[in-house]
This record gives sequence, C-alpha cells and structure tokens, in this order.
Amino acid sequence: MAKEGLSEIWVYLSASPLTGLTITLLAYSFSHRIYQASHNNPLLHPVLISATLLISFLLITDTSYQDYFKGSQYIHFILGPATVALAIPMYQQISKIKQLWLPITVTMISGVSVAAISSILISRVLGASIETQMSLAPKSVTAPVAMGISEKIGGLPSLTAALVVITGILGAILGTKILHALKLKDHSIKGIAMGITAHGIGTARAFQVSSEMGAFSGLAMALATFTTAFILPYLVRWLN
Amino acid sequence: MLFINGLSVLLLYQLMGEVTVRWLGLPVPGPVLAMIMLFISLVIKGSTPSALQSSANTILSHLSLLFIPAGVGIMVHFERLQNEWLPISIAVLLSTVITLVFSATVMLLMNKMFNLSKKPTEDMPLNKSLDQLQKELIEKESDHG
Repeated sequence: MAKEGLSEIWVYLSASPLTGLTITLLAYSFSHRIYQASHNNPLLHPVLISATLLISFLLITDTSYQDYFKGSQYIHFILGPATVALAIPMYQQISKIKQLWLPITVTMISGVSVAAISSILISRVLGASIETQMSLAPKSVTAPVAMGISEKIGGLPSLTAALVVITGILGAILGTKILHALKLKDHSIKGIAMGITAHGIGTARAFQVSSEMGAFSGLAMALATFTTAFILPYLVRWLN
Repeated sequence: MLFINGLSVLLLYQLMGEVTVRWLGLPVPGPVLAMIMLFISLVIKGSTPSALQSSANTILSHLSLLFIPAGVGIMVHFERLQNEWLPISIAVLLSTVITLVFSATVMLLMNKMFNLSKKPTEDMPLNKSLDQLQKELIEKESDHG
C-alpha cells in the first residue's frame, strides 16, 4: 500500500507545475552561491551549473522536458518584461550615447553583421543543417532577444539559448586575453567589443577589469540587442 | 506597490510591442520593439520613474535565472548536438574571436577617423588614475596580507 501511495504522489508531482518551478529556483540559488564563492568564475556560470543539474535530474527521474516546462514556463515568461526593462540601463548611458553615437553606430551595424554572417557561413561550410545555422546566428545577443530572433528566422529557440550562454562564457574567458594581445588601452573600445560579442556574461567580466569597460560593454550589449533584431531577418534573407 | 506599478508598466509596453509587431508584420520580436518604445518614452520624459527603476532592478538583478528553463531545453536537442557538434563548436569559437577582434578594430578606426580619441583622453585621466590608485591600493593591501 505504501508503495502505491508513493507512486501516486509521484504521478501527481511529475504532472504538476509545482515541481518544475521549485527545482528551477532551488538549482539557481545553489549554483548562484557556487558562482559567488568562485568570485564569478565564468566557467561556473549559474546557467551552466543549473542546467547541468536539472538535466541530470530530469534524465534520472525519466521526466520529459514538456512536463518540466509546465512549471518553469512561469520563469520563462518573465524574459519578456526583462527585455523591456533593458531600456532603463540603456537610458542611463544617454550622455555617452550622445557623445560617441557615430563611431558606436558604425561599429554596431558592422560588428553585429560580422557576428551573424561568420557563424552562419562557418557552420554552413562545415555542413550544419539550416535550423542549426539559424540557431547560431543570434548567439552574441542577450538570451531573451536571441530566442525571439531565432524563432522568427527559423531557428530553435532553446538551442539558441544554450549557444548564447556558451558564447558569453567563451567571450568572457577569451575576451580580456585577446584584447590585451591586441595592445588596446582604451577601455571604452575594449568594452564595446566585449558587449557586442559576449552580451551580459561578457559585461559582467568587463566590470571586473574596470568600471569604464563595464559601462561601455553594457551599452554595447543593449545597442547590439536591437541592432541585431532589426538587421538579422534581412541579413538571413540575403544569405539564403 | 512600487514593484507592482513598475511591472505593470513593463507588461503594458510589452503588450503594445506585441500588438504593433503583429499588426504591422514587423520582423522584430515584440519585447524588443517594446524596449525601444520605453527607451524613447524615457528620453522624452527626461528621467526614470522610481517605480520603473525598482521593478527593473529586481528583474535584471537575476537575469540568469530566466535563461534556465530555455537552457534546460538543450536536452531536447542532444541528438542534433551529437550529429553536428563539430560545425557548432567551431562556428561558436571562431565567430566569437572574429567578432571581438573585428568590433575592437572598427571602433578604434572610427575613433581615429572622427578624431574622438582626444575627447575621451581629456575626460578619462581622472577615471583611469582612480582605477590605478584603487588597484595599487589593493596590491599594497594584499602585499601586507
């Protein structure tokens, strides 16, 4: 009897949104603590650790992603208002935007195009499918927007989300080393390059180098976000 | 209440964004258009209302959390990753390096072309020396420690 009771409870839990929501929050607060204890080591990024933990849990308990998403969709939904909220930090950089608008605009449009074209063409030459190419195209933009773009151009939003996180981590690790090797001294230039390439994760790394690099990286991230949203659909049409 | 009011404003803009995108058939995601609409509103208004500031701070301070449900979705694509791991990993690696070097170079050239490198260097010494001072202080402290 007791066994039957347990399995009944499990049937309830695996179908209820409560489980997905709870394990997501638990995984995040645990991995956030690890991340902070490591002094924000990008290799221990909370999304990376949480996703690994949750995927292991779902595979072990034989739970489908659809069942998990029943609960976690409430967290996923907040990506929408979070994207809208990015207008506020961007508005706080308004004086810098006014001062450097021309070089920033040119760098944005060309940098964002290079990010998308290079990932599409490299993966295409190496034989990736069209869905994979499209999922890779917005990988340098912050995840909520990248997923929206990916869906619009025929990619797979969840694959894009994972690729965005990997790109951010890679940019944060390699970025400061490469920019140092280029012998760049101006922190505003380094920040812009970091923000275009590695969005929020790169910006967090830039703030560790200097506050100036961080501010410019945040600005570049916000501007690249909507430059990509506007350019990419046309770029993709032209490339295909 | 501040947080609720701010959240309502964010959702209201998102709603306007989604409706406009569908109505005009724009290729941009609804929330991105909403972000631009809100940015323009803030420029016109000239300041950020405290309610909006409070809810934006709360949402953006744990932005990583919001990516997790989508990130876990990669488990649906394990087969694709097995088949296409080589093009994916090479494209991500190369494209990241290319984008970084390219953007830094263009920004450097643009600054030189418009002779803007003078402006930042006039304004920046203070910032830089402050940063350096801070670093030196930290180094000294750690030497003593």
